[in-house]
Parts: sequence; structure tokens; C-alpha cells
Amino acid sequence: MPEQLAYTIEVFLNGLMAGVLYALVALGFVLIYKASGIFNYAQGVMALFAAMTLVGIQNGQVPFAHLINAIFGTDVHKFGWTVHSFLAILLTVIVMIALAWAVQKFVFKHLVGQEPIILFMATIGLAYFLEGVADLMWGSELKALNVCAADGVCLPQGLNMWIDETTFNAFGYGFFIDNLDIVASIVAAILVIGLVMFAQYTKQGRAMRAVADDHQAALSVGVSLNFIWVLVWSLAGFVALVAGIMWGAKSGVQFSLSLIALKALPVLMLGGFTSIPGAIVGGLIIGVGEKLFEFLIGAPFLGGATENWFAYMLALLFLVFRPQGLFGEKIIERV
Amino acid sequence: MLDDTDTAAVQVDNVLEVNNIEVIYNHVILVLKGVSLNVPKGGITALLGGNGAGKTTTLKAISGLLASERGEVTKGSIKYRGEPIHHADPAETVKKGVVQVMEGRHCFEHLTIEENLLTGAYTRSDGTAAINADLEMVYDYFPRLKERRRSQAGYTSGGEQQMCAVGRALMSKPETILLDEPSMGLAPQLVEQIFEIVKSINEEQGVTFLLAEQNTNVALRFAHYGYILESGRVVMDGPAKDLRENQDVKEFYLGLSDEGRKSYRDVRSYRRRKRWLS
Ligand SMILES: Nc1ncnc2c1ncn2[C@@H]1O[C@H](COP(=O)(O)OP(=O)(O)OP(=O)(O)O)[C@@H](O)[C@H]1O
Ligand SMILES: [Mg+2]
Repeated sequence: MPEQLAYTIEVFLNGLMAGVLYALVALGFVLIYKASGIFNYAQGVMALFAAMTLVGIQNGQVPFAHLINAIFGTDVHKFGWTVHSFLAILLTVIVMIALAWAVQKFVFKHLVGQEPIILFMATIGLAYFLEGVADLMWGSELKALNVCAADGVCLPQGLNMWIDETTFNAFGYGFFIDNLDIVASIVAAILVIGLVMFAQYTKQGRAMRAVADDHQAALSVGVSLNFIWVLVWSLAGFVALVAGIMWGAKSGVQFSLSLIALKALPVLMLGGFTSIPGAIVGGLIIGVGEKLFEFLIGAPFLGGATENWFAYMLALLFLVFRPQGLFGEKIIERV
Repeated sequence: MLDDTDTAAVQVDNVLEVNNIEVIYNHVILVLKGVSLNVPKGGITALLGGNGAGKTTTLKAISGLLASERGEVTKGSIKYRGEPIHHADPAETVKKGVVQVMEGRHCFEHLTIEENLLTGAYTRSDGTAAINADLEMVYDYFPRLKERRRSQAGYTSGGEQQMCAVGRALMSKPETILLDEPSMGLAPQLVEQIFEIVKSINEEQGVTFLLAEQNTNVALRFAHYGYILESGRVVMDGPAKDLRENQDVKEFYLGLSDEGRKSYRDVRSYRRRKRWLS
């Protein structure tokens, strides 16, 4: 196999893996946008918040330790225990559900029927508020997401040797694929299949789609909008947690994590704001596109660093030629 | 249709009582200025009137949908089986057995017809078997829906969507259906067909109907009792038979006067003149 082709395939595969993460973040946006028309700018911060909460719980950190110490003059930081990873994930899920409930109860319940731009502004406010809360709760220093928690439950890391060897034997060139990426892809795939099944085949899922179509009609058959909205924010919170874990394991849990929201934007423009398959395919296209472009054109001809803007340029092209995105829900119009 | 049924006999037991309600939108727009009506159990009651008379507002006040449009019942009361419901939320009211079919059908466009119907059963907790039985019942009333069960509702015809909306309401196992303007935008034949089905649902399932209609002619043929609403007030009411024979109704709403059909504006100025003269 010619070397250039082998490299290209490897870059392609790595792009796919990066795309999976973009897709996950975009998915969180789509869920909320579809059901409530809210463009949730805070989705990235939710991923950060979820990841920080998970790490904090794992390490047995006392939440709001700074605040408590400042007020009571105490000096507590840790409970002195560590929490089993699975339990920590479960607790984090509960925290995310509580967050969904609070967001609905204290913010969006009072903004029902407002202009989309007002709802959007509210999510910007929410993003900064949540960032502050995360900071106050868990401290602002960079933390490694314990890929191996104290209990020995590890996220797989490093090169996948099996792929390396097999491809080396087959093509004379071993592909470098990160184990974590493989796990992330599998988890993302399961998550997506689960979400689609939920939306398609369960009563609450159907109600969720009904609300997305027509709020008033959903109300008229006795669906509680409030409940459905808490549900979608919880699901988005769960998706954020998964994205946060994957991203955090890759590059540490730090505030820049919240910026992945910005990467999800071009994905949404590509895939359409209302389509779950769109978010997935859009994420993969952007992931692969930016890596391949950098490898084939960017680095050799443009002096590199094209990954920063490629996604936006692609999204812009889409906006011009296909504004509803690849899979944007067809607007049903009867004549 | 109902000329020869004894309308007095069905008016004994009122399931729904609207007592002198006033409705205000956005805290300032006064739309209903004291509307009272009684809906007898097992009957079909018509709420008639021209554009903007307040029919939809009255139905939404009953179903609780008003709140989501920033509307509010500020005076009076609405009682269902004696219990006040004018501050209840729509889900509670549906559970009590009152469901509204909204004007303009409002099907869930991206859901299939069958999914639309199943969503109608959202508040029920009596199990899949009972729900499936009712699904078959709806398909018996609307065979057309069975043929289109797998189609996205947004791509079905206006008539099919109206059937879907009524079927969806039926799926909640209601005692009372508030049906808003079922004839809107449908060909006369189809209107007739839908009303026939409403009538058989009423007779066979014992579902009580409160029906808002501009199409006075059809509505009064199928209803037992009628109320006529004008700018937020009830201006006339009586058994459907009497209303159909009433000279004013004939002239203004049925378009049967010698001078031909009058426009709503004529009606209003006529009323003003009449009030002024009397
Ligand atoms: N959401 C709202 N906010 C403010 N005013 C409203 C609202 N909905 C209705 N109105 C006003 O209330 C009045 C009554 O409207 P309503 O829809 O109840 O009339 P209707 O009898 O159903 O008329 P139509 O036959 O045209 O459906 C109208 O003047 C309308 O402009
Ligand atoms: Mg109306």
C-alpha cells in the first residue's frame, strides 16, 4: 500500500473519531432545540459542568469547599473517600437531572412564549452562570479526569495494538488508532441508538416529538410541556456528561471544554438543527473534513492550522446552498 | 335530523356549566364579557357566531388552553361535574374527561396518523390492551384513518387531518369533547360526513359535545341546543329546532332572508339599529 494512501486512511479514521465527539455535543443541541425551539448556548458548559462534577465526586471533593471555608472559617476540602466510578457517574446523572429541573423551573418556565432571541439570550446567561457555579462548586484548577479511578475502573488509553498489528500484517502499515477513540465511538453509537429508540417507540418519546411539532396540540391532549422540557434537558445533560467524559479524558477537564459548543455550531448548520441523524453525519463530516483538509491541503499548501476555520467555512457554504442543512426536517407545506 | 327527537328530555343533567365568565388576554384585551352556558350530558350543544365572536376563547377557557396564550378567566366560574376547572391546567382537565379538538386541526405533522392517535391516549393509564381496543374503535369510525395509519399526518388531506384530530381526542376516552370549527376549509360533502360521524359517536359512545361553528346551518341540524355569541356575549339561546325557525337567526346566520345572504357587517348595523329602535 502506498504510504500516502495509508496516511490518508489513518487521518480519515482519526477524523471520524473526532467527529463522534462533535456529533455528541451537537446532539445535545438538537434535542433541546427540537422540543422547545431554544438554541442552548450552554450545552458546552453543561459538558464541562458534568465532567467537573464527575471528577469532583470521584475524588471525594467537598462541593463549594471555598465558599464553606470562607463563611465558616473551616478548612475542608475533601471528604477523605473516593467514589467508585459507576456510582460517581450515577450521582452525576442525578445532578444533571436536578440541573434540568432547576433550569426549567427557574428560567424557562417564566419565558414560555417569548421570542427565540430572548430564549437564546437566557441560555447565554445560563452558560456563564453555570460556569461560575462549576467554578464555585469544584474549584477552577485543571483536573485530569481520572481515566483510572481509585477503584481501578479505567477508560482504555493508548494505541490499540490489535489494530496496529493486524493492519501492519495486512498492508505492511500499522494504523494508529487510540483506544479511547474507539470506546468513545461505541458509546456514542449506543447512546444515539438508545435515544432514537426512545423517541420512536416509547410513550414519552412520542410525546417529546409531539411537543416538537405543536406545543398547543400537545397541551390539548394532556401532555405536560413542563415535564417534557425537563425530560429533554435531562437527556441533553446526559449527552453532555458522555461528551464531557470523552473530551475530558482526552485533554483534561478544563474550562476550554465549554468551547466545544462552538465546534458544534458548524455541525448543526451542516446537519440541520432539528435532525438527530443530521447531528451525527454532520459531526462525522466536519471531523473527517477538517482532518483530511489539514493533511492534504492545509499543511502542505496553506501553512497549516486550517482546523480552526475549516468547519466554519464548510458550514458557510452549506448555509448558502442548503440552508436547512443536510437532513433538516422537511417543512411540510401543503398547497 | 333531530327535529323529531324530544330535545327537552336530554337537558336534565348539566355536566358542564359556564357561569358568567369574563376572559382577558394579555391583561388588557377583554374578549368575553360575561358568557354563561350549560352543556347537558350526552347532548350536542352548538356555540354559534361570526368571526371573533369569542367561540374559540370560550372553548379554551374550558379546556385550560387559555393560559398558554396569555389569556385568563378573570370573573365567573366554569364547573365540570360541579368542580371548578377554570384554573386547572389542561392535563388535569383532560384527565377529568374534557378534551378539546382545536380549530385548524393541529395534528402532529411529523408523526404518523397512528402515532397521533396514540398520543391522544397520553393521560391514560388503563393499559395497552384498552388503548388498542380504542384505536380499533377510532378506525371503525374513520376507516380512512386506518388506510393512512402509516402516513405522516402533515401529508394527509384536510379532511383526514380533521378526522385525525377528532380520533386523537377520542383516544383520551373523553366524556366531553370541545370541538372547534370542524367544518373549517372542508368541502360540504366532507362536512356532512364529519358531522354524521360526530353524531354517531355522540349516540353510540355517549360522548357529550360542545361544538363551536360558524356554519350555523349544519351545526343547528346536528345539535340539540344552541347558543349564539356576539362580541363576547350570548345574544340568544334555545333548542336547535327553535333557533332554526327563528326569524333573526334565519336572516343573519342561515342566509335565508328574502333579500339574500347578509354580511356580518350588515348584521351588526342591523342589530345596532334594532337596539336603538327598541
Ligand atoms: N391570543 C389572543 N390574544 C389577544 N386577543 C385574542 C387572542 N385570541 C383571540 N383574541 C381576540 O379575541 C376575540 C375572539 O376571538 P375568538 O378566536 O375566540 O373568536 P371565534 O369566535 O373563535 O372566531 P372565529 O370564528 O374566527 O374562529 C377576537 O377579537 C380576537 O382578536
Ligand atoms: Mg374560533
